[in-house]
Amino acid sequence: MSDQSKQRVTLTVNGEHREAWVFPHESLLDVLRDVLGHYEVRYGCGEGVCGTCTVLVDGEPVSGCLLLAVQADGCSLVTVRGLAPAGDLHPLQACFLRNGAAQCGFCTPGMLLTAWALLQHDPRPSRERIRRELVGNLCRCTGYSKILDAVEEHAAEAAERAGGHG
Amino acid sequence: MVAAPFGYQRVSSFDEAVQALHERGEDAKVIAGGQSLVPMLNLRVARPEWLIDINPVGAGPIEEHGGSLGLPALTRHRAIEESEVVRRRCPILAEAAAHVGNVRTRTRGTLGGSLAHADPAGELPCVAVALGAEITVQGPDGARQVAAGDLLVSYFTTTLAADEVVAEVRVPTLGQRSGWSFLELSRRSSDWMVVGVAALVELDAEGAVTAASAAVGGVAERPWLVPAEVLLELFGEAPEQALLARVAERAAAMVDPDDDVHASGAYRQRVAAVLVRRALAEAAARATGNGSGAP
Repeated sequence: MSDQSKQRVTLTVNGEHREAWVFPHESLLDVLRDVLGHYEVRYGCGEGVCGTCTVLVDGEPVSGCLLLAVQADGCSLVTVRGLAPAGDLHPLQACFLRNGAAQCGFCTPGMLLTAWALLQHDPRPSRERIRRELVGNLCRCTGYSKILDAVEEHAAEAAERAGGHG
Repeated sequence: MVAAPFGYQRVSSFDEAVQALHERGEDAKVIAGGQSLVPMLNLRVARPEWLIDINPVGAGPIEEHGGSLGLPALTRHRAIEESEVVRRRCPILAEAAAHVGNVRTRTRGTLGGSLAHADPAGELPCVAVALGAEITVQGPDGARQVAAGDLLVSYFTTTLAADEVVAEVRVPTLGQRSGWSFLELSRRSSDWMVVGVAALVELDAEGAVTAASAAVGGVAERPWLVPAEVLLELFGEAPEQALLARVAERAAAMVDPDDDVHASGAYRQRVAAVLVRRALAEAAARATGNGSGAP
């Protein structure tokens, strides 16, 4: 396969089967927003630095601006809307809300997805680990402390729900 | 910004990649993790006609053979960071991988890509030079081996021909009496290094230095290997602070970094002296078993 014309990509986005015809130079971010209507995935820097366009690709956080849409062919994607059924909040989102971990909200989807992915690997991360993991998600409003509080609180609550030791 | 249009070819083997590169010549660029290349495309600093995507080649397991580890070129930074065998047998590589970019960079970025990109402020090139890593390069006439120090020649410049691709990276495993250290100074923890140092020190049973190696990133057009004649001063001696400081000062006096927006050359030189001293000290402490575990 070698072509400059549009190619068909097949994706699973939040459990839903989607198809799109894309040019090779189009990023996954552009295709999610402009073709598939996923406006919750946001453009920040276009260089993979700010984390605002974070998407989970096969469960791992990836910069949507640095992955070509053609490279995501066949992948399973999760955006922030995939964390909970429509109208519901994921418990992590509820913790963000309760802790005031968002102000303008622009960075919040990326924060949530990165934190969610961390908790899959490490259900009880130290504050230092959370900080290290979220270092690539920039927030210009909150000062980060409340975001760390929210992730910590959610991990503690989830541990308590799972077995009462936490 | 948005990348300019390019053609896209997916390949499922390095042979296929070499063939595609051979056909397309200088107009083609290999894409692996894309964490350095795609920003360059988005900023239109790079405008290749074709991208050859080697991701479908995939990465087999990291394997230990004799005194070395073989890492497939497409091994992701995250896989290095989390690999049991790397953490046990060549922990400096795992530590350096953990310093690369942010979690998304490490999810996608690859070891081979990092070496082929040859950023003088890259963590993995710096460690590869300190370790004397051997790179397997595949080209139209088959595979060849090249030492990391001979692969990396200048800013974003390697000795890879236009139709060659990095296939595997081999690093030595560290012995019982070997200690290591990777230290870097960066403005923010996900940034490129201003200066970084990878150091290895081996001690004999009496605690005298029997081998040492150090590479410094961010002070030259490529990772700078501290010359053997400088490190030779350590040999047969106990790694005491005054000696390490003298060696580090001597090493730093040999570099002449440029000024740039992140730091002046003089500041980089000063930081190099401090970090070389600290890295040698930490490596020596780990070699005696007094400094194992996370820094």
